Amino acid sequence: MALKIVESCVNCWACVDVCPSEAISLGSTHFKISASKCTECDGDYEEKQCASICPIEGAILLADGTPANPPGSLTGIPPERLAEAMREIQAR
Amino acid sequence: MPEHIREKVHNHPCYSEDAHHYFARMHVAVAPACNIQCHYCNRKYDCANESRPGVVSEVLSPEQAVKKVKAVAATIPQMTVLGIAGPGDPLANPQRTLETFRMLSEQAPDIKLCVSTNGLALPECVEELAKHNIDHVTITINCVDPEIGAKIYPWIYWNNKRIRGVKAARILIEQQQKGLEMLVARGILVKVNSVMIPGVNDEHLKEVSKIVKAKGAFLHNVMPLIAEAEHGTFYGVMGQRSPEPEELQDLQDACAGDMNMMRHCRQCRADAVGMLGEDRGDEFTLDKIESMEIDYEAAMVKRAAIHAAIKEELDEKSAKKARLAGLSVASVQNGTTGRYRSVLMAVATSGGGLINQHFGHATEFLVYEASPSGVRFIGHRRVDQYCVGNDTCGEKESALAGSIRALKGCEAVLCSKVGFEPWGDLEAAGIQPNGEHAMEPIEEAVMAVYLEMIESGRLENDGALLQAKA
Ligand code: SF4
Ligand code: SF4
Ligand code: SF4
Repeated sequence: MALKIVESCVNCWACVDVCPSEAISLGSTHFKISASKCTECDGDYEEKQCASICPIEGAILLADGTPANPPGSLTGIPPERLAEAMREIQAR
Repeated sequence: MPEHIREKVHNHPCYSEDAHHYFARMHVAVAPACNIQCHYCNRKYDCANESRPGVVSEVLSPEQAVKKVKAVAATIPQMTVLGIAGPGDPLANPQRTLETFRMLSEQAPDIKLCVSTNGLALPECVEELAKHNIDHVTITINCVDPEIGAKIYPWIYWNNKRIRGVKAARILIEQQQKGLEMLVARGILVKVNSVMIPGVNDEHLKEVSKIVKAKGAFLHNVMPLIAEAEHGTFYGVMGQRSPEPEELQDLQDACAGDMNMMRHCRQCRADAVGMLGEDRGDEFTLDKIESMEIDYEAAMVKRAAIHAAIKEELDEKSAKKARLAGLSVASVQNGTTGRYRSVLMAVATSGGGLINQHFGHATEFLVYEASPSGVRFIGHRRVDQYCVGNDTCGEKESALAGSIRALKGCEAVLCSKVGFEPWGDLEAAGIQPNGEHAMEPIEEAVMAVYLEMIESGRLENDGALLQAKA
């Protein structure tokens, strides 16, 4: 079982510093988690550290493929409002 | 302000409105991670607030950062200050930040070091910071009330957990205040930055200002919120407005007390290089510094000589300023007891303390207040550059209107030249364009224009009014 970082990662380094298993490294375009090293922080911390500090919604996936931080959960921006704002910006 | 602090501030490009025309500063981006979230920040880009709009192109390793600092300091001998301000929170990246300071305090001892932080990890870093001749620390403190904090900070990362809401804000506030007290106790200068968020913390910042100054912060810098939907921040997307220049100025006045210096803060990028208001970052990209040969010992000798010369010039300037302040309007009041109201004037300058910029080329104006007691620097107003040197620019009109809006409250604008078209529009907006003092020192010119206003009777009626009220 391991977490996964996907391309929406902004390479902010935050997760790297807090991972107790040294499972995270800089990939060619974004950070990645070594599936063999990731322990899901089991035995070290109650919360998965990378997922607890990552500022980008959807950048880290749990083992079952669902986002650790779903849309709206970190920024507080309701997803509908964000979609609306993006539409407005594009329409300009 | 105590003498030893005044001395430090006097020669610092970010704090002294005189020094920033002569001394340069640079930031290195070594600290990308952050341990909190602010509603005005989108980590996809750099923070638009605190000290860094724009995008940092390269995050440097401590070794690369040190190399870059030495390359810049050797090439731009006016460079005196190296700051680490992000793009995230420097103290959330303690290894990278402190390693950079450690190496610099050894290898480039003639450079002042400073760091900006949100304060969450500050108390645990104070000891280490105190070891590396850190000149000053900037803490961003937007509130002292956790209820208000909860409207600014959605979460923090603390004790290995993500914590939200009022509880998170309370921890952050406690850490900030503790860090501030610890730094002051060790004699390290502390500046406090606050982002003014209308309707959220604007009134509250007066309270913040009182508290942080009582605890020994030497400067409180209130900055305007920058929030555009396209920045993708909470405030941007949710339609939180930014303050108007006048609102900002009023709050700055309310918070300033006897410290009226930090008015020229440009909210620089995390990798800014050079004089305030210019950016020479492109000359020092990684591949360019790789190929530079730097003899830092030799550079230090040269730097010391140049710094001494600048300091002399600055001292001369401040002596002259003191004289000018003495040159009040008493001479023209002559016999009358009329008191004249103060007037705001905008100045277009590209530096050097002179009126030396074309109205249409100005991307910002410095605002000065002239009053019977002298001339004082109030702040700067950013504008969109409307004159791009070609006539096909369709947005010319609206940008000129934007410049005029940015000058609201000013009664004159002093520049080296003004075009025909803006001249008319400025006059129509009640702002007198003035190109007669091109290449003259700013304070003297502002005083001269003020005296002209008095002599032409423009301030007469108001003077009478003031008298009647008194
Ligand atoms: S879940 Fe824990 S062990 Fe796995 S990558 Fe994240 S921080 Fe490291
Ligand atoms: S914390 Fe999130 S955004 Fe930052 S590097 Fe890690 S996965 Fe990427
Ligand atoms: S502290 Fe700075 S980097 Fe961190 S979220 Fe706030 S503005 Fe952004």
